[in-house]
Amino acid sequence: MPMIVASVENVSVLFQSQKHNLLLRQRIHNLFRRGKSDAFHALNGISFEASAGEGVAILGQNGAGKSTLLSVMAGVLKPDSGTVRVRGRVGALLELGAGFHPDLTGRENLILYAVLMGMSRRDVAERFDSILEFSEIGGFIDEPLKNYSAGMKLRLAFSVAVHVDCSIMMIDEVLAVGDAAFAHKCVERVKRMRDQGRLLMYITHSTEALGEICSRAIWLHCGRLMLDGPVNEVAAAYADFMADPHRRFRDPAASGAPTAS
Amino acid sequence: MVQTNSAATDTLPPLTSPGWVGDTRFLLWQIVLKDFRVRYRNMSLGILWSVLNPMVMIVLLTFIFTQVFVSKTPNYPLVILTGLIPFNFFTLAWSSSTTSLMDNSSLFKRIPIRTEIIPIAVVLANLMHLVVQLGLLIVIGLYYGVYPTWYWLWLPLLWGLELLCIMGLGLATSALHILVRDVRYVVESVNTVMFWLVPIFYTFAMVPDRFKDLYQYNPVSALVLASRLVILEHRHPPETLLWKLALVSVVSFFLGLAIFRRLQSRFYSYM
Repeated sequence: MPMIVASVENVSVLFQSQKHNLLLRQRIHNLFRRGKSDAFHALNGISFEASAGEGVAILGQNGAGKSTLLSVMAGVLKPDSGTVRVRGRVGALLELGAGFHPDLTGRENLILYAVLMGMSRRDVAERFDSILEFSEIGGFIDEPLKNYSAGMKLRLAFSVAVHVDCSIMMIDEVLAVGDAAFAHKCVERVKRMRDQGRLLMYITHSTEALGEICSRAIWLHCGRLMLDGPVNEVAAAYADFMADPHRRFRDPAASGAPTAS
Repeated sequence: MVQTNSAATDTLPPLTSPGWVGDTRFLLWQIVLKDFRVRYRNMSLGILWSVLNPMVMIVLLTFIFTQVFVSKTPNYPLVILTGLIPFNFFTLAWSSSTTSLMDNSSLFKRIPIRTEIIPIAVVLANLMHLVVQLGLLIVIGLYYGVYPTWYWLWLPLLWGLELLCIMGLGLATSALHILVRDVRYVVESVNTVMFWLVPIFYTFAMVPDRFKDLYQYNPVSALVLASRLVILEHRHPPETLLWKLALVSVVSFFLGLAIFRRLQSRFYSYM
């Protein structure tokens, strides 16, 4: 029986819209228009459990709450209600270049990124060569990152991420960026990590090539969990839904009253 | 291929709420290095600026206060330098730590590191300036016949307290700056006021008696006062001055930390 490594129970995240809230003048202005709140649910009562060795796809269109779910599971964001519990370290392959600085060299970025992902001084020293080899960046490693192509940055980030000891690995739709050969290598590596007993969570809005990595899929829409099941069934239902323009822009469970309080 | 990822399920800890697992001290050091490198990478003169900048100020202030407003203070350039070094460090470290969270938001947006590390690391990264400027102080001191003495052993304690104070201020303002983006301009204005309120181009003796007590509660002034006693007059800093500096610094640090922790949970939605 595989061990549960992530448990998400009835998690909700509420966001206040505050794009106009940043300057003092606007704050004072807002004081006088109390009562009209722009709060919305980024996640609304999400529950699921996932075990070691599983590959789970998180499907959903833009704004469905996929990244919020990732943040909550990584521990960056505390849910407003519900609980998230994980076993061991959560590794995340972030959107391209997050945490990288263009003026630093590849080597400096690699080390900083590795430390951020939780490697100790010793881990970095021991794994540096292996990371560099996997990335296929070679002599370019001492060039400033601003001279790197998008594919090279991805290779660097991915190589560090797969060398971190973690029990949960979250990948935020980045695999498509590299060239075909490297993408293949990544998929192979990710599959091996899963088979070694990691929980793999692959966040995406497209249903392409899901079956290879994931056996299960969770579909989010407007912060709600629509469907959780075998990847083929969920992907098919999601594709149907996305093809229908009348349904995809509506919050499904909010047929009557609006969700925002 | 090397098997770096040993089977992940061997010994798994119990289910807990997610958080950062790693080497905090190594991370702090790496962020210090990062800040330092990023600051100087694209300058052709690099760290030399921390010598040139005070040199310009010394020449300027010496000219004004020996030629225009005539001051009878001996070793005047050295007096200015002992005032300028604490002031420069304070303003640079505080203003750079104020914007540090904003500048490094990509570091903690997706990874649950202890965010306190960032403003603290940026304050520490400015220590490199301090080392260079203290070198300048020693060189200029030798020129005027002022040599390092055992009294200089007070300096690490004094600077340690000053660091604590700036970290507290930096923690508070960096967190506030995430919520209200004009905080950095408030900090800049305070720094401008400080240039006149801290005895840089004048001495403590010129300050009217009724303000002297108040001056000692300003941590930058207190540091300038103590440094001048130690470096220029070879005297121990008075105990009351040390207590005041320690009080202000410790209160500032813990108050800053409390404000930071209070606001921390709101960072995510403001990024």
